[in-house]
Amino acid sequence: MENMDDTSGSSFEDMGELHQRLREEEVDADAAAADEEDGEFLGMKGFKGQLSRQVADQMWQAGKRQASRAFSLYANIDILRPYFDVEPAQVRSRLLESMIPIKMVNFPQKIAGELYGPLMLVFTLVAILLHGMKTSDTIIREGTLMGTAIGTCFGYWLGVSSFIYFLAYLCNAQITMLQMLALLGYGLFGHCIVLFITYNIHLHALFYLFWLLVGGLSTLRMVAVLVSRTVGPTQRLLLCGTLASLHMLFLLYLHFAYHKVVEGILDTLEGPNIPPMQRVPRDIPAALPAAVLPAARLPTTVLNATAKALSVTLKSH
Amino acid sequence: KYQFAGLSDISISEDTPVEGEITIPMRSRAREFDSSTLNESVRNTIMRDLKAVGKKFMHVLYPRKSNALLRDWDLWGPLILCVSLALMLQKSSVDGEPGGGPQFAEVFVIIWFGAVTITINSKLLGGNISFFQSLCVLGYCILPLTAAMLICRLVLLAGPGPINFMIRLFVVVVMFAWSVIASTAFLADSQPPNRKALAVYPVFLFYFVISWLILTFTP
Repeated sequence: MENMDDTSGSSFEDMGELHQRLREEEVDADAAAADEEDGEFLGMKGFKGQLSRQVADQMWQAGKRQASRAFSLYANIDILRPYFDVEPAQVRSRLLESMIPIKMVNFPQKIAGELYGPLMLVFTLVAILLHGMKTSDTIIREGTLMGTAIGTCFGYWLGVSSFIYFLAYLCNAQITMLQMLALLGYGLFGHCIVLFITYNIHLHALFYLFWLLVGGLSTLRMVAVLVSRTVGPTQRLLLCGTLASLHMLFLLYLHFAYHKVVEGILDTLEGPNIPPMQRVPRDIPAALPAAVLPAARLPTTVLNATAKALSVTLKSH
Repeated sequence: KYQFAGLSDISISEDTPVEGEITIPMRSRAREFDSSTLNESVRNTIMRDLKAVGKKFMHVLYPRKSNALLRDWDLWGPLILCVSLALMLQKSSVDGEPGGGPQFAEVFVIIWFGAVTITINSKLLGGNISFFQSLCVLGYCILPLTAAMLICRLVLLAGPGPINFMIRLFVVVVMFAWSVIASTAFLADSQPPNRKALAVYPVFLFYFVISWLILTFTP
C-alpha cells in the first residue's frame, strides 16, 4: 500500500515530494499548452474540453487546500505538548511526593503543572477497578462495566477538579485549573495503592486502616498545598474541608458502593440469578435501581457497608 | 553518460547560469504502479494485500528490531484482528437476553480509542512516529491476544473449573507479555531514549485491559 500521506518528517522525502509536485505542475502546464494548440485546431470542442478540465483541476486544488488547512488547524496537538514534557525520574519523584504532606503554609507550595502523570493514574485506576471486578468472580457484562469504570474515574478527576477550582475562585485561592488537575490526579495515587491491595486481600479492617493511613496522607498533602495558597481561615476551611471529604469519600465509595452499582447492573440485566458473591444479607432499604446516580445513595450504602463489615467481622469470630 | 562529459572542465564563466534538473526515477515508477494496480485482476490485488498482512504477522510473532512494520504500514491486519477478537468475545444470547450486540461495539471502541490515545500520548512525549504507523503497530500486536482468545474458547468447551481457570490464566498472561514485548520492540525506537518507559506504560495498560476482557469471558 502506498503511504504517500506519511508524515514521518524525513526532509529528504519532503524535498523529493516538492520537486515531484513542481515537475507535475510543469507537465500539466505543458499538457495544457499542448491542449490549447489542439483546441485552437479543433475549434469549439477542444476549447470546451480544456475549460472543463481546468475547472475540475481548480476545484480539486481548492478542496485540497481547504482540507489541509482545516486538518492543520484542528489536529494541532502541539497545544498540549508542553504539559507532557516530563522524564520518568520526575514522574517517580512526584508520585512519591504526593504521599508526603509538607507543613509549609506561609508560602505558596510549588505544584508541577503536567498532565502525563495524572492521566496515567486515572487510566491505572480504571484498570484496577476492572481488575477488582475480576477478583470478585462475578458474571460480567464487559461493556457496561467498562463504560461505568471509565466514566467514574474520569468524571471524578475532571468534575471534582472543576468544582474545587470554582470554589478556589470564590475563596480567592491562588491556583490554576491545570495545577488543580495535576494536584488531584496525583492524589489518586493513594487510591490506586489502597484499591490494588484491598481488592486482592478482602479484609475490611485492613481496608479501614489503609483508608485512614494512605488516603489520609494523600489528602493531607493536597490540603497542605491548598492551605498554603489560600488566605483567611474561613476560606481555608471551606476549600480544604470540601476537598478532604470528597477525596476520602470517593475511596470509600470505590471500595464499597461501586460493587453495589455493579450488582445493581447485574440484577437489572440478569434478573433472579444471584452471583456467588452475594452471600451476605441484602441492603437495609429495598434495592435501589441502578439508574439512580450512585453518589446520591452514598449515606445508605455507607451504612449498609458498615453493617456488612460488622457482620463479616462478627462471623469470622 | 553525457552528464560526466563536462567534469574535465569545472570552471564556470560568469555569464553561465548554474542550473540543472534532478530527475527522480520514482515518479515514473509510481505512474506505472498506479496504472498497473488498476488493471490487474481482483485476485491479484487481494493476494498481494494478504501477503503483506501475513508478512507482518510473522514480524509480530518473532519480534525483532526491524522496520518492516513501520515502513509499509497498513490497517488491514488490525481490522481483521479487531473484528475477529470482537466476534469471539460475543456472548451467545441463548437466554433470550436482548443484548447480543453491545460486546462487539464495546470491544471495537475500546481497541481503537485505546490505540488512538496511546498514539497521541507517544506523539506528545516527543516521539517521531506517525499517527498511522503507531496504530498499525498497536493493532498488529493484538495478534497474540487473539490467539489467546481462540485457545480460551477451546479450553472453555471442556467445562468450567479451577484447573480450567489456571490454564486460561497462564495462556493469557503469556500472550499478554508477548504482545507488550512485541509492541515495545517496534515503538521504543521512536522515542527519545530516556522516555521509553513513559511511552511503554500506557501500552501495558491497554493490553492489560484487553487481557482482562479475554480472561473474564464466559460464554
